[in-house]
Amino acid sequence: MVERGPAPPRRPRAPPPWRGLDMIHRECGVLKTTYEADMAFYPLPIARWTVAALAVVFFLVIPLSLHEYFLSVANLVWIAVIGALGLNILVGYTGQVSIGHGAFMSVGAYTAANLANRLDSPWPVNLLAGGLMAALIGAIVGIPSLRIKGLYLAIATLAGQLIIEWTINHVTFISGGVQASIEVARPRLGRMVLSSQRDMYYFLVFFVVLAIVGTMNLMRTRVGRAFIAIRDQDIAAEIIGINIFRYKLLAFAISSFYAGVTGVLYTYFLGIANYEQFQIGVSIDYLAMIIIGGLGSVLGSIFGAIFVTLLPIVIRYAMEAFGGVFFEPQTVLNLIPNLRLMLFGALIIFFLIVEPEGLNRLWRNIRSYFRVWPFAY
Amino acid sequence: MKRYLTIATALMLAASSLLTAAPSSAQSKGEIVIGLQCDRTGATQIVGTVLCPGFHDYIALVNSRGGVEGHMIKAIEIDHEYKVPPGVESYERHKKEGAVTIAVYGTPHIYALTQKLTEDRIPGTSPGFGSAAAADGQRYPYIFPIAATYWSQAAAAVDFAKKHLSGGLKGKKIAYLFYDNPAGREPIEVLEDIAAKEGFQLKTFAVPPPGVEMGAQVLDIAQRYRADFVISHLFGGAPSVSIKELKRVGYPLKKVIGLVWASAEANIEGAGGFGVADGYYAMQFAGVGTDYPVLNEIREMYKKQGKPAPKEMASTVFYNRGVLIGALHVEAIRNALKAKPDGKITGVDTKNGFEKISNFTLGGLVPPLKITATDHEGGGLVQIWQVKDGKFVKSTEWFAAYQDVVAKHIKESGKK
Repeated sequence: MVERGPAPPRRPRAPPPWRGLDMIHRECGVLKTTYEADMAFYPLPIARWTVAALAVVFFLVIPLSLHEYFLSVANLVWIAVIGALGLNILVGYTGQVSIGHGAFMSVGAYTAANLANRLDSPWPVNLLAGGLMAALIGAIVGIPSLRIKGLYLAIATLAGQLIIEWTINHVTFISGGVQASIEVARPRLGRMVLSSQRDMYYFLVFFVVLAIVGTMNLMRTRVGRAFIAIRDQDIAAEIIGINIFRYKLLAFAISSFYAGVTGVLYTYFLGIANYEQFQIGVSIDYLAMIIIGGLGSVLGSIFGAIFVTLLPIVIRYAMEAFGGVFFEPQTVLNLIPNLRLMLFGALIIFFLIVEPEGLNRLWRNIRSYFRVWPFAY
Repeated sequence: MKRYLTIATALMLAASSLLTAAPSSAQSKGEIVIGLQCDRTGATQIVGTVLCPGFHDYIALVNSRGGVEGHMIKAIEIDHEYKVPPGVESYERHKKEGAVTIAVYGTPHIYALTQKLTEDRIPGTSPGFGSAAAADGQRYPYIFPIAATYWSQAAAAVDFAKKHLSGGLKGKKIAYLFYDNPAGREPIEVLEDIAAKEGFQLKTFAVPPPGVEMGAQVLDIAQRYRADFVISHLFGGAPSVSIKELKRVGYPLKKVIGLVWASAEANIEGAGGFGVADGYYAMQFAGVGTDYPVLNEIREMYKKQGKPAPKEMASTVFYNRGVLIGALHVEAIRNALKAKPDGKITGVDTKNGFEKISNFTLGGLVPPLKITATDHEGGGLVQIWQVKDGKFVKSTEWFAAYQDVVAKHIKESGKK
């Protein structure tokens, strides 16, 4: 990296003799001597090691050791992670509510499906086109955000959701017929057709990494800081020279781009674009994910997506294991789905009461507790 | 801060206990697994809470008599709340458990799973819902509608109107009242074709989701358009509203026919009971009522166990459909086992088993379907029942109509 301006005065300092024994898990004063160190993604060695370990787990251990079924669950989580990250950019970082993300996903899905079927274009093109089309539509739906905020904006985006649903449902040029579903061939990588859940896992996890790194970096740029300034106080942001018009629409566009990509990935995952998969309930589910996970945090989006996708499955396994102890088989079958809904709701309330700022905050609290453990004071 | 530690430990404990408690996929030898998707809690729970017990009761009946060719049947039910991601998860779970056939539930679900089912070679059924084009067994080798599709249902409804109205259809006005989603709009193209052929006037009236407000449409049908006959294709709570509204504007219900998801006891009760809905015609793809030998056998099975018959049996439309779906799956497995007596059957064998189903009527509860490698619908047979004196009374036997028109559309959609 090229240093800008005069070099900062540097105190000549001999490397400390305990160099190899540096604190790996927390800072011990500010000892950064280069811009690189200051800008580092993960300033602490433990974080770098963790990321490396997670990479090994997610790229090698999980896909190579688990059964296809568990990979299919993981794939659903990955798709949700990308969508939740995108929604969090808009809701968590920029402070603009959207109940239209399900529809933005469908925009991406149908764009890709139409391109794939009409022009026979390869999936990377469709993916990009789906994302860009969703970004465009998202920016248009986001226009009311320039005048209205909060609940009012939520209703405006709800209108966007309904209009897009209606359009796809009725315009057969987009939907490919009254059934409103377009079959899409499996993505290909060279000669390999990605069809098994394991192939799909690698396909999806690649985009998850891109989305995570992209979001983390976005929030470190001028654009990201502008988003946060708008969220915290839009008038103040305008006064210090942030172009609210531009950045609000940009937030909508970027967020919808993620949603569009989610829709395209979902389409390739299932092999079909079908509008009933992107109805209003989906928008609400994604909002639930980021609220449970933690608004305005990358890790929170991931936690939320995992929580909302996995919890019902975990609850069902638990019920199947223990339900038979208390009830008759026929009753258990009727009980499982109902009790699952109740437990799901109860656990959401539980976690939000324990930590209103979401799972991400919970995780940070646990982390900071262990940071000084066992010397709490 | 201690409590976080406690929470973390508790979570870990819970997670580890779950992992150990998770049921293993090992099955006792000779057991054959059917996957069953259900919706007991979601948008269509009025169907799921009754249909699924019917399915299970039939399987239990088969097992209580020693199973199929000596093999026990295990039906694994998974509830997906009518949401697609849990539906995908449930499919993968069924596959993991070794299901040789899967009773899919939900139109978006059968769409989402079509490609997977075909790749994995596991037959999936979509009785009474899903894509009508899936009747084409050549194009969708692993998708089995196994009951009249929306196209066949609409065609049968027109045919019924033709016989019902004196003087044929020429110059008559038929109103099509439908739920404004893909499933609701699917029959329109077939209806338009038949309208051109028979020379009647067709007008469509869309009911936007969630389908609880249709005062304007119904008033239009009754007062302005003055329809001679109404075909109603609605879902969930909407059929009840339609009956109530038609009654309110004074339209005679004996000129109204509801397609298969607008025709259960729950829909009639929701409209205010059988008294209110008197005269209403309901289309069925399974027999209605309690008077079938197989239902008596199920009641006897419960009696032997010293238990009362389940209350779901009273809701005969959906319960009997559950029995029908279970029976057709068992029949496909029976055919597969006959072809492969060693009992090691796969999805491919069950697919062939489905394609051998013919004249399996279960004492009149199941239509005399003839499923072949090209026709996975089995003939598009339906019965019409009428609400009369507090119950459903049969007004036609099994019949299908305008199958040439339906076949033409199936062929056309195959070309796309």
